Amino acid sequence: MEEIIISVVQRTLVAGTPLLLGTVGEIISERSGILNLGVEGVMAVGAVTAFIVTHHTGNPWLGFCAAILAGMLISVIHAFASVSLQSNQVVSGLALTMLGLGMAGLLGKPYVGKPLAVKINAMPIPYLSDIPIVGPVLFNQSPFFYLAILLAIGVWFMLDYTLLGIRIRSAGENPKATETQGVNVSLIRYLSVIAGGGFSAMAGAHLSTSYSKSWIEGMTAGRGWIVIALTIFALWNPMRAVVGAFLFGGIFVLQYMLQPLGISPNFLAMLPYLATLLVLLVGGLRDSRRLNAPAMLAEPYRRGER
Amino acid sequence: MLHVNVSNREQISALGTFLTLVLALAAGMVAIGLLFIISGVNPFFAFKKIFSGSFGSLYGFKETITKAIPLILIGGGLALVFKAKFWNIGAESQLLMGAIFGTWVGLNWGPALPAPVIVPLMFLAGFLGGAFWGLIPAILKLRYSINEVISTLMLNYICAEFLTLLIVGPWKSPKKFGFPYTDDLPESAILSLLPGSRIHTATLIVAVVAVVVLTIVIYKTRFGYEVRVIGENPDAARYAGIDFSRTTMLIMVISGGMAGLAGVGEVAGIHHYLSYPDAISSGYGFTAIIVAWLAKLNPVYVIFSGIFFAGILVGGDAIQISLGLPAATVAVFNGTLLIFLIMGDFFTKNKVCIQVGERA
Repeated sequence: MEEIIISVVQRTLVAGTPLLLGTVGEIISERSGILNLGVEGVMAVGAVTAFIVTHHTGNPWLGFCAAILAGMLISVIHAFASVSLQSNQVVSGLALTMLGLGMAGLLGKPYVGKPLAVKINAMPIPYLSDIPIVGPVLFNQSPFFYLAILLAIGVWFMLDYTLLGIRIRSAGENPKATETQGVNVSLIRYLSVIAGGGFSAMAGAHLSTSYSKSWIEGMTAGRGWIVIALTIFALWNPMRAVVGAFLFGGIFVLQYMLQPLGISPNFLAMLPYLATLLVLLVGGLRDSRRLNAPAMLAEPYRRGER
Repeated sequence: MLHVNVSNREQISALGTFLTLVLALAAGMVAIGLLFIISGVNPFFAFKKIFSGSFGSLYGFKETITKAIPLILIGGGLALVFKAKFWNIGAESQLLMGAIFGTWVGLNWGPALPAPVIVPLMFLAGFLGGAFWGLIPAILKLRYSINEVISTLMLNYICAEFLTLLIVGPWKSPKKFGFPYTDDLPESAILSLLPGSRIHTATLIVAVVAVVVLTIVIYKTRFGYEVRVIGENPDAARYAGIDFSRTTMLIMVISGGMAGLAGVGEVAGIHHYLSYPDAISSGYGFTAIIVAWLAKLNPVYVIFSGIFFAGILVGGDAIQISLGLPAATVAVFNGTLLIFLIMGDFFTKNKVCIQVGERA
């Protein structure tokens, strides 16, 4: 029994890791006022880049770095469209998702069905992993898990307690006032979107080099969209994102646990998406005005405009 | 020193808009060419294949029109909802729901009814199916302020699984050698084709009539005016006493319903039975987003942009076969062209001057 519980919790944390990484990234971007619906596409680009680089170099960490770089690069498109050109952020984000999924499919085609020789394995933390129950659950995880937790804490601290964080948040709340303080709102928004892209790409790298070790077209399976929903669920707070991400990780694991009970696998596959709607429904019931949303989210800002 | 000055254009000319569109598409094609080079594909060869495959032969052109039918139907409906800034990304599953409803009617009532009765009934059922599935995100947004982008996408995944559940389970035909398909529709429920093609004329006529009517509705009626005001200035809409909820629900009924009609067309005109979601719709719901955008959200122009993108779909199939490229190639096209189109919008709306020297 104990072993089953440990295994379930462990797998929940693994499944929640990419969701947490993506959500923290999206929180940075949205706090600066830019809605980025490109997460799904950037995740796919990250996954395929990490896979290809790892495949050729045999070094998954090199793949990881390349994925972040690729994710940041492709996110520049969305930053340029939504910040410099003041385009509609919904459409621009969708375009980014299409492009990202398409590029990932195109570049990854020769690698379908060729599993990696190496992958990023669990990294037990000395001493801590020996603690009964808690040890194997929390301290014998993939490095991505530790990274996601550390980044969530780091971003929470950055947003709430540093000058940079104040600038990001005020760019999303009142860009005009921020500009009069001598802050370059456009630059802040560019950096936030690009950083968010790096986070999404890390989530993708986790999927293709740690969670599994092969590339399949469509392996992101809507996680990028769940991330957007989790950002709302977390009320744009990285610490709440930790809770949300692992809650959803649990739903992914539940899918596999309920399968032997004879429930239709197609019905089980609906669960994460149904849960996403449910979570937003609860949020909508709680406060219809969603008090914490950045005031200028998805509103283009042009310097000098009244 | 170089300075970039941006100012609003006072007048937006039709010619300027059109030229910007053409330039944006051309720039997009260049970018796609570069992406092809990165992926190790000769771009000239690929483009030649795409356009000769879709517009270069009579056979190809007939296929292009066949694929334009769902794009025109869905794109027209999306033009309407996008005008009100309601981001329906769920047309893909509204199409599937229409296919499910239409198939049920065809299978159950088709054997007893003649074609002139059963075909309109199937289209009606498909419209209702799509409208029902489209109404859900409208209500979720109005009642619980759930972002429609997320809800429509989640409903896409849910509907695809639901359809699969039906065809592997209760609706599975015993006559299909174990494949997860439904029975064939009865003869009377199958749409007749233009001879020598796969063009199901009934749906084509429905599609063209629908977008023409929709254009008149948008630009000539009070309802259309309300839709436009909601999109352009929601505050003004509130002060003008426009019923936001009623309008939102109505446009989603129309948009979802039109996608549902497309679903009936695909099943009754092409496949004749229900099978896997990807077989019933090859991403029409997503491609139609760009179709609507390229048409500047004017349903009548959707006819032309629909044919253009149908050509890319058909040509995309051609290069998949001849160059061994994945299905995702079409997504690269769609994404890149959409990015260049929205960038083009900026230059339609704004005057950009690059000045040399000191800022004036």
